Amino acid sequence: MRAAAATARPAVPAQVPVLEARELTRYFWLRQGRGLLPRRSPVHAVEGVSLRLCAGRVTALVGESGSGKTTVARLLARIIRPDSGQVLLDGRPAPSGRPRAYAAQVQMVFQDPFASLNPVHRIRHHLARPLQIHHLAKGNVDAAVEDLLRRVALEPPADFSAKFPDELSGGQRQRVAIARALAVQPRALIADEPVSMLDVSIRLGVLNLLAGLRERERLAILYVTHDLASARYLADTIVVMYAGQLVETAPSTSLTDSPQHPYTQLLVSAAPDPDRVRPPALRARGAPPSLLAPPSGCRFHPRCPHVMEICRSTPPPNVSVAPGHSAACWLHVAPAQRRVSGKPSVPKER
Amino acid sequence: MSEPVLEVRGLSVDYGYGDDAVHAVVDCDLTLRRGQVLGLAGESGSGKTTTAMAAIRLLRSPGVITAGQVLFHPRPGSPQGRARPVDLLEADEEELRSLRWSEISVVLQSALNALHPVIRIGAQFDDLLQAHRPSLSPGQRLERAAELLEMVGMSGDRLGCYPHQLSGGMRQRVMIAMALALEPQVMILDEPTTALDVVTQREILEELMGLRDRLGFAALFITHDLSLLVELADEIAVMYAGRLVERAPAASLFRAPRLPYTYGLLHCFPPMHGARSSMEGIPGSPPNLRELPSGCSFHPRCAWAMPICRQKTPRLRDLNGSGRAVACWLHSGEVAVPAELARAEL
Repeated sequence: MRAAAATARPAVPAQVPVLEARELTRYFWLRQGRGLLPRRSPVHAVEGVSLRLCAGRVTALVGESGSGKTTVARLLARIIRPDSGQVLLDGRPAPSGRPRAYAAQVQMVFQDPFASLNPVHRIRHHLARPLQIHHLAKGNVDAAVEDLLRRVALEPPADFSAKFPDELSGGQRQRVAIARALAVQPRALIADEPVSMLDVSIRLGVLNLLAGLRERERLAILYVTHDLASARYLADTIVVMYAGQLVETAPSTSLTDSPQHPYTQLLVSAAPDPDRVRPPALRARGAPPSLLAPPSGCRFHPRCPHVMEICRSTPPPNVSVAPGHSAACWLHVAPAQRRVSGKPSVPKER
Repeated sequence: MSEPVLEVRGLSVDYGYGDDAVHAVVDCDLTLRRGQVLGLAGESGSGKTTTAMAAIRLLRSPGVITAGQVLFHPRPGSPQGRARPVDLLEADEEELRSLRWSEISVVLQSALNALHPVIRIGAQFDDLLQAHRPSLSPGQRLERAAELLEMVGMSGDRLGCYPHQLSGGMRQRVMIAMALALEPQVMILDEPTTALDVVTQREILEELMGLRDRLGFAALFITHDLSLLVELADEIAVMYAGRLVERAPAASLFRAPRLPYTYGLLHCFPPMHGARSSMEGIPGSPPNLRELPSGCSFHPRCAWAMPICRQKTPRLRDLNGSGRAVACWLHSGEVAVPAELARAEL
């Protein structure tokens, strides 16, 4: 199967996004201290995240562990609810609850294919269940299951459908998980680290499968990953998250070739790169902050090599630096326009 | 080229006995030289960790060493006064105890499991120094522990912390500091940064390489991430299905791989620069060690497989005069080597 990962495509999508996140914010409440009156404090897991998934395009969400990538994926799949902000499906607010109609449009693929398939059921069962639940298999379930297996290149399908998950390799299991997501004919696919548990030699096969689905089935795909190189390979757009917030959004090659946010620059410089002649000079040190008490202003300011006074007090606006390329950084705001804003709002427990 | 410090010769390891035994490592030869970083690359289940653990006799049951020699060459004029190399596979417990940690130390992948969860970092350093350096006073031990932490870029007051109070990167730094406590000549690093974020990984690798330059230890660096190894190692050995299949200086391995598997593996890491192009990876999946294909275990996934590959297992042999070795029938001299596998060295 040849993937067209490299085909040129327009920089700005014109159509209405299939799935859109608007200013999504989600806190998790942690109990701190003991006794009768424990304090409850919010973990600022995701704050003000907006992104658009368009048909026939892959958007990669990149960040370190704990940056909130998976929380965004789960918010979009409506496995969890946002504290504020909206998820829009085809420009209309997603229904409350998690009705089947929503699940039929937006499906998720999880990181660990060793845990996401039920070990006591055959592959056929995994793929037939969504067909039955959504009343999609008119007549012949077996034919529909085999067709699904063929779409994820598990051939011959009759052999695979009779197997148990433990008879398959990691890559084959992840293909089954993708086939299961495809069963309901969704329009958006949310893949949370789909290849990080797989052997290196089979990762590209799964990425190429996702690229093929984007081409053939016009799926809108969110590819959540910590690996910038694979995001560059697969995605049309890369979105970088740091400490629960978006820091940069750009077409994938511009993001890796000319990163505009200091955090993205740090990520790019730290990524393994055999072509490099000598070891990279890291521009910043340290670790991401605790999300229980995130830094004031820009969350990257304690590590930023270019930190200014305003970065410590006021969160930076999202600035457009090129068509389709924006970065949340005060460096891209003209000095005269750097104004200190009001106090940030404090989250309230629901 | 410096002299060898650790030599693995013909090492074979089985899991289990008799007909049920799985041959996890077959006839493995490795030479680690003084001050060198030797990378051991391969996918999960290829036998990287088993090789390293067997070499220092830390293999757990049902692992059995069935053949081989592991020679450790003590420092000339070392306090132990050994002149001859020691075969670690023949050594008794007493001898092993004197070598482990003080001459050969290990850093494991999961620092959270390697550190004791309910004992403070300081006490764990103290235990180690008390056992191996009985002449030190408690005050000196504390001082040495703080010095070691500072060496890996942490502040000495972290000695009062429990492991869970440290981040993943800091825990791995503590492990490295502990491994360096007795100034070993060989460090075995088993996926030391795999569980960490890229930025932390880069910081730790920088520190590790700085320490290597200062202290002059040799390192056996085990990882599945070949792209990282190319930047880091002096020499790289690639394992597949329990066998060592290619060995070469890092730069030559990257620019001019000789083995179809290495060639495929190098094309599994999308580049960070240049035009994007479609990449294929390697078809199929890594073999099950219980049902290895006949002949060369890579032949079902190999684009250049020949009839002989299905029948006979190729042995690792030196390629004339290039300081590299490869186990592949394509390089036996009887067939023309495909252009992809015959690129000029640098």
